[in-house]
Amino acid sequence: MNVIIMGCGRVGAHLARLLEEEGHQVTILDTDHYSFRRLPAEFKGTALICDGTDEDSLRKAGIEQADAFVAVTQGDNRNVMAAQIAKYMFNVPKVVCRIYDPIRQELYRSLGLEAMSPTTLGVKVLREAIGDKG
Amino acid sequence: MYIIIVGGGKIGYYLANALLGEGHEVLILEKDSKKCEFIGEQLGSVVVRGDGCEAKTLAEVGTERADMFIAVTNEDEDNLVACQVAKHLFKVPRTIARLGNPKNEGLFKMLGIDVTISSTNLILEHISEEVPTHTLVHLCTLKAEGFGLVEIKIPGNSAAVGKRVKDIALPPDTIVCLVVGKWGVGVPTDSTVIEPDSQMVAVTRPESEDALRVALVSGQA
Repeated sequence: MNVIIMGCGRVGAHLARLLEEEGHQVTILDTDHYSFRRLPAEFKGTALICDGTDEDSLRKAGIEQADAFVAVTQGDNRNVMAAQIAKYMFNVPKVVCRIYDPIRQELYRSLGLEAMSPTTLGVKVLREAIGDKG
Repeated sequence: MYIIIVGGGKIGYYLANALLGEGHEVLILEKDSKKCEFIGEQLGSVVVRGDGCEAKTLAEVGTERADMFIAVTNEDEDNLVACQVAKHLFKVPRTIARLGNPKNEGLFKMLGIDVTISSTNLILEHISEEVPTHTLVHLCTLKAEGFGLVEIKIPGNSAAVGKRVKDIALPPDTIVCLVVGKWGVGVPTDSTVIEPDSQMVAVTRPESEDALRVALVSGQA
């Protein structure tokens, strides 16, 4: 698979490593060069300084050939916008984005965007970890 | 009308001021406390500190009864999301978003934003109107079907000079609607001849502008 990841934070970098280990072709985007320090030294994919909310930049990053697009920057709105560009302008077959705000996540999910909220997931895991004793 | 404005920068502030002057009920949402304080001092209690993309904040300010929702922050993505939340969660009938990047116009329209206003394009258009060397100048964009009104200056050496307007091969969907010459101004008729240094106002599509320029402005071969 040809995967574009937008945002080279902890999650983006970790996901890039995982996908590459599985043999996928990875392109990772960030607006700050410094973020790429999080990539493993042996990373063989492409790391590009690129604004993922700009159509032309995405085209240069090869979005027209991408099988999947993942938006995991720190900004919910940036992720939402980039994901919608990937899905509706470039028809990328698989688009996933992170939205911290559970209400916005629900909204965009109802609008057809595959959105996951670390807030909801984290709360669920923590609640299970606490258990029912005591 | 009840109008909610997201973003209390210069545009938000002056827009609110103008709308209040017209007697509308206006509310500004702004994240920055200093800006909120300033607006509060100047315009009274028309500002709430909060994120215009947060459904909770929007519920608190009664977005469900808003007639219009205008997002004018500096960030295109924030304006997009604020308008989408207002439209889909609160059913606001009319959403307007400011664009910094003119390229986003198509995307925003596709995603259901009713009106987009590109500050970059507006500034560019106004500046180019003042640049005398420009032979084709945008006057305005017409709402329907992407047509625009342009002004063309006919240089003295244009191949079109001396020909009748009706004999010029214009690109598709293009109509010359006004001719401005030394003699005055008029709607072109069958006998109107193109004079050097005259001006024309035409309706055309953006993709036909180059062909229109070639037809009217290019020099003699």
